[in-house]
Amino acid sequence: MNYNWNWGIFFDLSPEGTGTYADMLLSGLMWTIVTALCAWVIAFAIGSVVGVLRTLPSRAAQAVGNAYVELFRNVPLLVQMFLWFFVLPEVLPESWGTWLKQLPNAPFYTAVVCLGFFTASRVAEQVRAGIQALPRGQRMAGTALGLTTAQTYRYVLLPNAYRIILPPMTSEFLNNLKNTSVALTIGLLELTARARSMQEFSFQVFEAFTAATILYILINLVVVTVSGMLERRFAVPGR
Amino acid sequence: MTSSAMPPAAPAPNPASSLEVPPTGPVTAPLATPAATQAAPGTPMIAIDNVSKWYGDFQVLTNCTTATRKGEVVVVCGPSGSGKSTLIKCVNALEPFQKGQITVDGTQVANRKTNLPKLRSRVGMVFQHFELFPHLTITDNLSLAQRKVLGRGKDEAVAKGLALLERVGLKAHAHKFPGQLSGGQQQRVAIARALAMNPIVMLFDEPTSALDPEMVGEVLDVMVELAREGMTMMVVTHEMGFARKVANRVIFMDKGEIVEDAHKEDFFGSPRSERAQQFLSRILSH
Amino acid sequence: MFADFDFKVILNALPYLFLDGMTFTLTLTALAAVGGVVLGTLIAMMRLSGIPGLPQVAKIYVNFMRSLPLVLVIFWFYFLVPYIGQWLTGAERPIQVGAFSSSLITFTLFEAAYFSEIMRAGIQSIPKGQAAAASALGLTYWQSMGNVILPQAFRNMLPVLLTQTIVLFQDTSLVYVLSITDFLGAASKVAQRDGRLVEMYLFAAVVYFTICFIASLLVRRLQRRVAIIR
Repeated sequence: MNYNWNWGIFFDLSPEGTGTYADMLLSGLMWTIVTALCAWVIAFAIGSVVGVLRTLPSRAAQAVGNAYVELFRNVPLLVQMFLWFFVLPEVLPESWGTWLKQLPNAPFYTAVVCLGFFTASRVAEQVRAGIQALPRGQRMAGTALGLTTAQTYRYVLLPNAYRIILPPMTSEFLNNLKNTSVALTIGLLELTARARSMQEFSFQVFEAFTAATILYILINLVVVTVSGMLERRFAVPGR
Repeated sequence: MTSSAMPPAAPAPNPASSLEVPPTGPVTAPLATPAATQAAPGTPMIAIDNVSKWYGDFQVLTNCTTATRKGEVVVVCGPSGSGKSTLIKCVNALEPFQKGQITVDGTQVANRKTNLPKLRSRVGMVFQHFELFPHLTITDNLSLAQRKVLGRGKDEAVAKGLALLERVGLKAHAHKFPGQLSGGQQQRVAIARALAMNPIVMLFDEPTSALDPEMVGEVLDVMVELAREGMTMMVVTHEMGFARKVANRVIFMDKGEIVEDAHKEDFFGSPRSERAQQFLSRILSH
Repeated sequence: MFADFDFKVILNALPYLFLDGMTFTLTLTALAAVGGVVLGTLIAMMRLSGIPGLPQVAKIYVNFMRSLPLVLVIFWFYFLVPYIGQWLTGAERPIQVGAFSSSLITFTLFEAAYFSEIMRAGIQSIPKGQAAAASALGLTYWQSMGNVILPQAFRNMLPVLLTQTIVLFQDTSLVYVLSITDFLGAASKVAQRDGRLVEMYLFAAVVYFTICFIASLLVRRLQRRVAIIR
């Protein structure tokens, strides 16, 4: 293989003038993590509401929940990213659109919102599955005790459902984290984007991608470890 | 007993004897047409010699020794967890064992050089849960192994399967899928599937214990007929009526050991061990 | 707002979008799905095999692929495949592979990790007795896999495999990062050329949605039918 390896490249200064290539990758890693965490907050909130909607007795609520999930699940994330970034400012009233376009750091906000709404549809699926996996008697017992529907969800169904779905939620979080890389198409300088620009500047393709690969694997390990700790922390004794 | 010196199954002293027709053969075509064997009547078809087996530290079989002679029907009984199913599964190497030796028609089961698929194709097995292949029709269930293992042509395999299906009274169901048959019917198909391979010996692992009571009879009838035709059979079952009717010997197992290995009359007349007596009284009292 | 929404732009671009773009997308999806399922099944068999070392190798492969973003993997293979080709053929310099081959290799290898998890669950869902019965009849490992276990596993998992294929269909849009003319790539090129981003991206979204929505409805119907037969 006639490829010139140069592992010292990480300590060379990048042509951007903001430090070494290693600094560049680490800044990418930071943006990946921050974007993933912010998007997750949105995804968790909307996903929980939509998931609950789909388990309510009301047909209308179920329809709204189902429509949300179908809409966000059946359009590729990249297309959604373009819709939020390129299309939304154009179809809003002009003053809003201009404001959006002039936002500093627009790729970041767009990525957070887009990923948040997208991941919410997947979180909603898990929440619904978790609630439906609970014995039907749980809901009846809550009602029989005089709890309102909202109280039954808040104190009985959701606390149990979240425990059940912790493992699949972990993989949804990891998907969310990996999906931040799609935002490189709208200019978010996250980890994959930084590895790509390092490759373009330095021509050291494989060093750049190897470093990014290792960083992704490390974050995966951290997330899995934390999730395991959470699972033990919130485990119900005797179950 | 540490030595595992059991003489290998003797080759047939008289070549004509393997062609012998079973003395009590029925007038109609027999259910089973076993392939030629090396063993003469009376010599061990299955020799289990000092077999022990562990799951990790837990010993499931302890020094089991017994033999099933050609044409013999041996019933293996015992409380659940006694190791009887494990023992019978060792005979065709579905379960490995760590110590001892099992020989089927002169072939060592645990020998690494043994061609297991070939050996297994000569040993028919019927399972507790039938284990018909749910994605295949009854006809395909009957012909799959004939074609893949024995290399029979499609027409021959289907014809053989249908003939056996007729003998177990299910010819009308040939085109159906297993899920469309009752448990008793599925088990009769499973027996036919095993017989289609022309086995020299048949193993039954609790063939009736997953069946509704009203279906037990139809399966036992097929097994009795098979026994009367002279098939060599090793049967794990709690059906003592079956044992009384056709068994030559009864083996009683408990906690992984063969506690009693006796002629039917002796076993039902006066079992020597207390554990067997208790077991019998519990099973026969209702 | 939508006052100057220009349908003619879409209309004029239709042949290019579908004959060039969608053909690429569908071909890539179909071939990568077949390749991914075949490779994934082999990986699942490795993972469940008793041969020392094989399960570990399979597990590392699957976990490795699943920790990486697809975009990064696309870049990896885009640069790596020419070198692998050179190494395999012993050529003088890195072999130029087309965009299509490069994407096909990427998606096959990447999706195989996901398909293998599905097939593993499928194989494990078949009662142990089935394998025992197949062995008892004298079938070899490969015969029993091919005739008894895999057909059932495949059938049980068909809805999940198809759902994953819909995901794969959506994922192929990411070849955009290599400037390939798949369906989205085509839409994007027209959008840039004519300055009609709103029309083209909305249209692309509608097309993807329609295809995926109908496909997932069909999968759900299939799922109910499979459930009844079982």
